Amino acid sequence: MKLDAMYQEIILDHYRNPHHKGLREPFDAESHHINPTCGDEVTLRVALTPSGSGLDGTATVADVSYDSMGCSISQASASVMTELLIGRTVDEGLAVLDEFTALMQSKGQGEPDEDVLEDAVAFAGVSQYPARIKCALLAWMAWKDATAKSLATEKEGAA
Amino acid sequence: MTGRELDVEAIRADFAILSRTVRDERPLVYLDSGATSQKPRQVLDAEREFYERHNAAVHRGAHQLAEEATDAYENARATIAAFVGASAEEVVFTKNATEAVNLVAYAMSNAATAGEEFARLAVGPGDEVVVTEMEHHANLVPWQELCKRTGATLRWFGVTDEGRLDLSDIGDLVNERTRLVALTHQSNVLGTVNPVREIAARAREVGALVLLDGAQSVPHMPVDVAELDADFLVFSGHKMLGPNGIGVLWGRRELLEAMPPFISGGSMIGVVHMDHSTWAEPPQRFEAGVPMAPQAVGLAAACDYLNAIGMENVAAHEHALVEYALKHVGSIEGVRIIGPADAESRGGAVSFTVEGIHPHDVGQVLDDRGVAVRVGHHCAWPLHRRFSAVATTRASFYLYNSFADVDALVEGVREAQRFFGVVRS
Repeated sequence: MKLDAMYQEIILDHYRNPHHKGLREPFDAESHHINPTCGDEVTLRVALTPSGSGLDGTATVADVSYDSMGCSISQASASVMTELLIGRTVDEGLAVLDEFTALMQSKGQGEPDEDVLEDAVAFAGVSQYPARIKCALLAWMAWKDATAKSLATEKEGAA
Repeated sequence: MTGRELDVEAIRADFAILSRTVRDERPLVYLDSGATSQKPRQVLDAEREFYERHNAAVHRGAHQLAEEATDAYENARATIAAFVGASAEEVVFTKNATEAVNLVAYAMSNAATAGEEFARLAVGPGDEVVVTEMEHHANLVPWQELCKRTGATLRWFGVTDEGRLDLSDIGDLVNERTRLVALTHQSNVLGTVNPVREIAARAREVGALVLLDGAQSVPHMPVDVAELDADFLVFSGHKMLGPNGIGVLWGRRELLEAMPPFISGGSMIGVVHMDHSTWAEPPQRFEAGVPMAPQAVGLAAACDYLNAIGMENVAAHEHALVEYALKHVGSIEGVRIIGPADAESRGGAVSFTVEGIHPHDVGQVLDDRGVAVRVGHHCAWPLHRRFSAVATTRASFYLYNSFADVDALVEGVREAQRFFGVVRS
């Protein structure tokens, strides 16, 4: 059955027991994203720790906290994402996002790099279902947005 | 003709797509006709014949094909008008029901600057437009926008827990300031069939107009504009066995005559000068550009097809399917039907939630079994908010659905519950 390819055990585990869920302080920026086709929502906060060069791409993702409602794919994806991003630099995180986005757009033909994507390779099956790709990317887009806001705040402060 | 049971097998034979398989050779169980219906061979043949024999730009040119195409287009208008008890000159073709709603909404705001002759429909500050909480976005957002453009106030009927319109405050809501009441005839989510005559009667008392969204009613039950006492009726061809790309606005003749155009350009004109133009009479006033003649011909063929079966019979068949679905889907543990629990004044849409499983996931399991349903808010976000549901799963029926299709739905929902472990298997 194809369902098992989509709903891999890793996904169902993250769905049932989401990691890092809940909104936390402190945070630098918050973002609220909605999937207009189904109404699924995520509110996501990013806390960054500046590196020696200040708050830029070399800053470390100190925390990603979120509150969300949605389907198993969107919930599991948010959970897996926090595992991948927390502790990495912003630039590293954006590279993972690029890799994950490429996998989602691969129409089932992608060969995900498990060293980069770790648990997120489980979403390979989702890429065969165009209607569900947005579900998998919802939290990632919110993180990208919140991170951009965090960095912009720093620039405004400097100027 | 009335009371005849539908020969679903014979009907299905007219719809080639219904015999295909999906997702690893699963027979297709199509339960998404509320979104769009499938098309019988007769409709496709009519459209093909138009292209192969009569294709030309209608209302232009004097050659034989232009005459034949124009005749086909205008005959289609007459057929489609008769299907809802209207006369041909009161029927305007649009892209879809959404455009038909917008046509009226823009005519109302354009009326403010169209001169004295067209002031009748103008709205402004102090005027009110009334909608309902169960509207499809297509019959909500255009009115929000109209109010934004003109300063008029938008008000709405609430929905009861049972999924019926709350008419308890009708006397206050529809008052002497009300210019238009826009409501759905049949909810695309709840299946509720609204008491249009009662609301129209109140609108008449205060001189308000009534626009009826028939996108979910005209395909599924006998609809007669005179009987409903509405002023405007909109519906879409693709939801009633017809082609995509054609919708209908029916309006009372004197209202259409009082309306300035929405979209302007070729063939909606009287006389054109470099600095100004006059407009054609309705319905041409509202049909700028080369119209969708092949789609009109296809939609007329769809009306013929439905007439041959009888809309009373279509409605009775769907009523039986809804009763069966309410009973069998509704009795699954953890399933909550959003909409009336009984089949009285209720059409063929059954929306529900399954405790512990998001509708997207329910839909995915159903899809894996070949069962096509709609998941999401079905373009009725405020209504979902009203029922504290982010989204629902919706099964919607048509004349080609059988009781076995409902059984497949029920089995699929149970499978989703097993798959996601929300029931003891």
